[in-house]
Amino acid sequence: MTKSLVTLTIDGIEVSVPEGTLIVDAAKKVGIDIPVFCYHPKLHPVGMCRMCLVEIGRPARDRSTGEPIFDEDGQQVIHFGPNLETSCTTPVGEGWVIRVNSEKAREGRKQIVEYLLTSHPLDCPICDKGGECPLQNLTMEHGPGTSRFLFDEKIDLDKHVPLGELIFLDRERCIQCARCVRFQEEVVDDPVLGFTNRGRRLEIITSSDPGFDSYFSGNTTDICPVGALTTADFRFGARPWELNRAASICPHCPVGCNLTLNTRREARAEGRDVIKRVMPRQNEHVNEIWICDKGRFAHHFASSIERLTKPMVRVNGDLVQVGWDEALVRATEGLKDALGRSKGGLVGIAGGRASNEDLYVFRRFIEGLDGHTVLDDNLAGGDLTREMGVGRGTDLGQIGPGDVILVIASDLHEEAPIWWLRLKQAVERGAELIVANARATRLDRYAAHIIRYPYRRAVQTALGLLHAVTKRADLSPFVGDKSLQKVAKLFMKAENAIIFYGREGLDYKASEALAQACASLLTSTDHVGRANNGLIAVWPRVNTQGAWDMGLQPIPSGLGEILEQASAVYVMASDPVADDASLETLLREDTFLVVQELFMTPTAELADVVFPARSFIEREGTYTSGEHRVQRFYPAVLPLGGTKSDWRIVTSLANAMGIELNFPSAAAVMLAIAESVPNYSDLTYQALTIAESQWPHVGGESLYFGGNAFKNSQGLGVQVGPAAEPGEPSEVALTMPVEESEEDGLLLVPITRLYDRGTTVLPSKVLHPRLERLHIELNPKDASHLGVIDGAQVEFRMNGKRFQLPARLVATVPEGIALMPRSLGVSVVNPIPVQISSVE
Amino acid sequence: MRKNPLELLRGLWTTFRSMLESPVTYQYPEIKRPVRERFRGRHELKRYENGLEKCIGCALCAAACPADAIFVEAAENTDEERYSPGERYASTYEINLLRCIFCGFCEDSCPTEAIVLEQNYEVSFTSRRQAIYTKDLLLVPVPTNGRQTPMKVPPGSFERAVPEMEDAK
Ligand code: SF4
Ligand code: SF4
Ligand code: SF4
Ligand code: SF4
Ligand code: FES
Repeated sequence: MTKSLVTLTIDGIEVSVPEGTLIVDAAKKVGIDIPVFCYHPKLHPVGMCRMCLVEIGRPARDRSTGEPIFDEDGQQVIHFGPNLETSCTTPVGEGWVIRVNSEKAREGRKQIVEYLLTSHPLDCPICDKGGECPLQNLTMEHGPGTSRFLFDEKIDLDKHVPLGELIFLDRERCIQCARCVRFQEEVVDDPVLGFTNRGRRLEIITSSDPGFDSYFSGNTTDICPVGALTTADFRFGARPWELNRAASICPHCPVGCNLTLNTRREARAEGRDVIKRVMPRQNEHVNEIWICDKGRFAHHFASSIERLTKPMVRVNGDLVQVGWDEALVRATEGLKDALGRSKGGLVGIAGGRASNEDLYVFRRFIEGLDGHTVLDDNLAGGDLTREMGVGRGTDLGQIGPGDVILVIASDLHEEAPIWWLRLKQAVERGAELIVANARATRLDRYAAHIIRYPYRRAVQTALGLLHAVTKRADLSPFVGDKSLQKVAKLFMKAENAIIFYGREGLDYKASEALAQACASLLTSTDHVGRANNGLIAVWPRVNTQGAWDMGLQPIPSGLGEILEQASAVYVMASDPVADDASLETLLREDTFLVVQELFMTPTAELADVVFPARSFIEREGTYTSGEHRVQRFYPAVLPLGGTKSDWRIVTSLANAMGIELNFPSAAAVMLAIAESVPNYSDLTYQALTIAESQWPHVGGESLYFGGNAFKNSQGLGVQVGPAAEPGEPSEVALTMPVEESEEDGLLLVPITRLYDRGTTVLPSKVLHPRLERLHIELNPKDASHLGVIDGAQVEFRMNGKRFQLPARLVATVPEGIALMPRSLGVSVVNPIPVQISSVE
Repeated sequence: MRKNPLELLRGLWTTFRSMLESPVTYQYPEIKRPVRERFRGRHELKRYENGLEKCIGCALCAAACPADAIFVEAAENTDEERYSPGERYASTYEINLLRCIFCGFCEDSCPTEAIVLEQNYEVSFTSRRQAIYTKDLLLVPVPTNGRQTPMKVPPGSFERAVPEMEDAK
């Protein structure tokens, strides 16, 4: 659908823009800044502040004939109205003449500034926005310099209003633009902010309990054109001009939001560089100009004082700190010794938190010693997302009418908030969303179709869908009801289709079967190998996709078996013991264990040698997002003394063990990756830094326009395509699900919550009031059978251990199910039947 | 040029007369020469009469300083622990006097007249570390009738983000 172009003249410059474009945007596109406060390119215009006043001239027409009027020179007569008009609410018209910088328009805007400042407190010296404040900047540029209003008539309002635990409001500074209110309503659909009262007494209030309850609340501080909204994390932390900045990538989920880390050397931190705040960096293909509050506030782990800073080796049963040389010698000897023994070989376990460089080097090292690499993760299908992942040029921001998205077995709002947001927006543009899950999630409200299946029947549901599409005879046991047929039809006629699959309620094998069914659904409807088509896994970690691409994958049956046979185990960026305490005995025995970690994790506690690794803020590297976009992160602060990047630790050890692995830099590792990983073949660090200009303009000169998110000049990353070519007939092998016998009791299902209590979240004190507490969620009916009321303690036994914790009654939990959020203290890896009873 | 003996005598008279005048040199350090009113010596961080610090930790002095001699780190006041009447105070305030060129820009830029270049010119150090004047060295003593900071104040006694000042004199 192409819109016809409209040509108009703005301050003498002729511009052609699509019909319906607002004057303010048209002007910005040719570099003319019309000042705005309430307008924001990502929000609907409301015309509340009147800052964008311009003179608009329209071609005069003869009243009787409607014909344009020409003067004696043959020039069309332009008629200017008597009043200034708001350019943020007026779409362009053919032949219009706009005067932005005329005397009259400038005077009009000058008066608006004077008016806005009548009751502004002029807190600039201590205001967090001071230095990057649209009101400050536009006042300097357009304001009158003096005021005719009386200083004493300013009204005093509350200056310290915690809207929630994360965001503070200063009522005096608010200029009532409603950007925050509209962001919450229009963009993220959490309408928890509102206005109360009228006129000068108008105030922002929050209507939720807890206050300002939204995973996206921090973004309002970026688009607030004054310092009325500040974050608890950065409040009075530093002045903006004192901050250094480095481009980075959020390490918390597979979306891979682009970040800018603002750092400063602090006396409080004993002269160390610390992250003062995390800001979104614009990438319209990934996170636009938004990030979720986890990305914004859960960064403190990287500068935590709990970090490991010295290598450690086990001496007489205890871990003691030693120098690098000694630790390397110990690790080398230990590994050689262990591998020399007759028992099994070396097992290398790595997690999806490591960068591509780390993982590549890790695999080369472990395989060089004839060892076996394992990815510590419990979602399958990375091979399928590599083959049938989304095609090059995929942009969730382009998904619209005629396109279909299926989300199955995942709660995106909790697992990957920005994907949730992007899918919500796709629906608003006209895409059709199908949400399949065993329980209601927040994505349901945008779904055209909701498929509800019992836990453990996700695969059957996907196969039913596949049957409806292919009518394959072997799939007839899975024939579903009418709604599945409808969804299948949607798929068949969809222009583009993307499937997001997750792991809710699935064990590893079931997730593999689900991935196969989904991939098969895509291939049989010809939705692979093209932009905006393909399979996306909702990985539990930021770089799980990269780990698969680097050649690592999990073991379907879990780690137990392979660890039993191993004589040496090498663990990088993973903590298997925390997830499965039963592994402890296996690692404790006479296995030689080397661990590279940030923290003293339960796994590291068992190690013979521990190497301190660098966190993502201290080093460079790349992550591959779930959408297969490879993105670079840069060092933001000086490394913690004594730490090394994971890949460097591995290469030092490799060289000490006689395996040639020499890379001078992370960029050199990337060159080696490009040589050996097929779809990464045209990647270089340079290619990853290319950043073409993006709309809307943000930051810097344009912070009044798009807000304080940072402009992206460090690279948009490169999306690597799937291995499958378009049209290539690809047959996906299917695994038929085994029917599981119904057992007594409730099925305990692990689910993901954004604010968990994992090692990367817990050090962020600012999030503590919002962190989920250990609990179990029950359906009210089951609860009443068990005699459990909301908040009461319940107990159950699992793997021979007894657990006691409070129950929460939640109506959306299906009957016969108990939900257990992950990483809160009780580790549940796979769904497991349990007997729950109430504790008197 | 013609020589005028009278001029010569006049010059000698000047010399002679100054022999009878009292000397202009001072026997420093026993005797100290008073400085001009607007002399710019070592900085002081001022307090209000009640003892609260005038500095609100805005770091504008640090931004104005052409020698990058000032380092400020701020924190938020509470009514339990109040340092300044504003919302914010300087938790760290340091001036590196080896860097300072005594231009007085910091004083000019301060919104609360907290930092003032006073008349003390007797600054000498034997190490670089000593050249860094920390907040406790720069802060003036608590006035009589004032209280030491941090002080506990009744809730709501100070509500302005930037304290309202009398007009500069
Ligand atoms: S708090 Fe900020 S964004 Fe919200 S209405 Fe006030 S000025 Fe606008
Ligand atoms: S959506 Fe994911 S990647 Fe983006 S900021 Fe949140 S946790 Fe980070
Ligand atoms: S007097 Fe000048 S050089 Fe010295 S600290 Fe103040 S601003 Fe800096
Ligand atoms: S001395 Fe003045 S300018 Fe410097 S931080 Fe304190 S209040 Fe701000
Ligand atoms: S009225 Fe146009 S920007 Fe506010």
